[in-house]
Amino acid sequence: MAQDKSSARKAYWRANLGLMGILLAVWFTVSFGFGILLRPWLDQVSLGGAPLGFWFAQQGSILTFIVLIFYYAWAMNRLEARFANRLGSGDMTPVTPADAPDPEDAS
Amino acid sequence: MTPTLFWTGFFVITSFALYIGIAIASRVGSTDEFYVAGHHVPPVFNGMATAADWMSAASFLSMAGLIAFSGYDGSVFLMGWTGGYVLLALLLAPYLRRFGKFTVPDFIGDRYYSNTARVVAVVCAIFVSFTYIAGQMQGVGIAFSRFLEIPIEAGVVIGGLVVLMYATLGGMKGITYTQVAQYCVLIFAFMTPAIFISLQLTGSPVPQLGFIGNASDGTPLLMKLDGMLTELGFAPYTDGSKSTFDVFAITLALMAGTAGLPHVIVRFFTVPKAADARKSAGWALLFIGILYVTAPAVAVFARTNFIETVNESVYEPETTTLAEGESATPDWFHRWETTGLLGFEDRNGDGRIQYRADPATNEVTTLNRDIFVLANPEIANLPAWVIGLVVSGGIAAALSTAAGLLLVISSSISHDLCRKVLFKSMTDKQELLIARLSATGAVLIAILAGIYPPGFVASVVALAFGLAAASFFPAILLGIFWQRMSKEGAIAGMVTGLGVTGAYILTYKIFGWIPNDAEYWILGVSPEGFGTIGMVISFVISVTVSLMTPAPPAEVRELVERIRAP
Repeated sequence: MAQDKSSARKAYWRANLGLMGILLAVWFTVSFGFGILLRPWLDQVSLGGAPLGFWFAQQGSILTFIVLIFYYAWAMNRLEARFANRLGSGDMTPVTPADAPDPEDAS
Repeated sequence: MTPTLFWTGFFVITSFALYIGIAIASRVGSTDEFYVAGHHVPPVFNGMATAADWMSAASFLSMAGLIAFSGYDGSVFLMGWTGGYVLLALLLAPYLRRFGKFTVPDFIGDRYYSNTARVVAVVCAIFVSFTYIAGQMQGVGIAFSRFLEIPIEAGVVIGGLVVLMYATLGGMKGITYTQVAQYCVLIFAFMTPAIFISLQLTGSPVPQLGFIGNASDGTPLLMKLDGMLTELGFAPYTDGSKSTFDVFAITLALMAGTAGLPHVIVRFFTVPKAADARKSAGWALLFIGILYVTAPAVAVFARTNFIETVNESVYEPETTTLAEGESATPDWFHRWETTGLLGFEDRNGDGRIQYRADPATNEVTTLNRDIFVLANPEIANLPAWVIGLVVSGGIAAALSTAAGLLLVISSSISHDLCRKVLFKSMTDKQELLIARLSATGAVLIAILAGIYPPGFVASVVALAFGLAAASFFPAILLGIFWQRMSKEGAIAGMVTGLGVTGAYILTYKIFGWIPNDAEYWILGVSPEGFGTIGMVISFVISVTVSLMTPAPPAEVRELVERIRAP
């Protein structure tokens, strides 16, 4: 029982870290990537009347950040619901490798 | 009495009455309610309160103007002051909420099983909060003096007393619900003129879209502004002047600093559970984003409009004959000249205003960046009540931030210093009394700091962010994600991060021992961006020292396990 619980905790934490990794990669890409490092290159394209890199730096990154956080809140609720009975005190379902979540699941 | 004075007075008095009413309705009787509103705040309200807490007088009044002058370089503030919420929501807020106590030094003290670490955190929290609060009080004083014909000192005192009233009566609970009201006031006040100006310049009622839209002549607004600026000798708006590495460093320092500021973190202690902390961070950023996505639009409108209406306009149309195609200087220019925020000197004696990049030929001798938000309603020919609304919005932004900072100072003193370190046998009632007394003391100091602002106030914001990025952020992050992090590692990391960043900013910005100029900066990083370097150093030191010292005891490892588990 205790073994199950601890491996479920590990699986939950790994899934959380995987999800976080992906979202932080997006966070980095839209701001530091599109808005700063790749800007000169992206600016060759326009969004409406604004150069694309400039737009990401002033509006696009902020809009993406908002979506990222709501998505994370939603995905974590789903993840926690899935682990709820395994991490709860009573009812334990064994963790099988097929059952272990992978980050792809979330997206 | 002018209509502007009447409406400003009307909005300011009404909003103050509202804040005090909320305070009386939500007075509290326990430390749990005083520090974290009893963990009962619904996520959406906490999001609004966080937005008001976060957006200071600087965000409301100065940011759009700052971007208007700096163009692409201004992006560091837009990305930096919002991207930090992603770090908060993913990396810090849910775990700190699960930790379940009251303050940031609480977490540092428990996680690093050390009262030394707790005291270091208290010192950082108080220092960061005081540097920030002085600017807010000064902002309130200026708003009062400029629009209500009341001396700055009286304005600061009135603002201070209002904050004092709701902060001591209602603690976090009172602050939370006044911040919700203040958010509504400030966002309405920011958006109303923005919508009208967007309609005038681009025909779009959505300023956020007007930003990427076309000007009335059909060319894209940004391209038109770029063209006008280059013609006058300025750099194009969509191009930056800072080095890429510096932009990167400033943005990262502001993001990590945002995530590490104690008055923001503590807001996430007030929601019922960790899942609410995540959701609430989303709401917070949505509410902040409404202003932050509008600000770059206001910036472009303001700069464009300024050049179109002021440049080459005839200063005294009564005495000068207007040539064909010429127009007179707008009335608001004359009105704002009397405040000293705008200045004109007819260097070449042609009776027309030449606005140029070259200081030798530029005739707009003073152009304060706050003017673009403050004068917006007049520029757009909006009625006097809109001006009153903008003023009360600016005051709401300043007061809500000041109150949040005040609570950090008071809880650091009463809870972390008195209850946890000095007098461990204190009762809850005594602790609450000390919390109220220290809040009162902090307001009095803040009032003094607002009346006699230390000369370095303008540069201390950089300091507050740099210090938060280089001290709290690494210590909290590693505390959650790396069980091996020891107390020695944490203390060494915080102290080095603080020391290095503080020394750099002091050297260049406050004492000016070395000229604050790109060619003298270490690695080409400006003092504003040095928090990033300090943060990296802090991480490296924390990890190295932790690996050389004994691992944390079993109960700390259990604490970390507990805050990670759902």
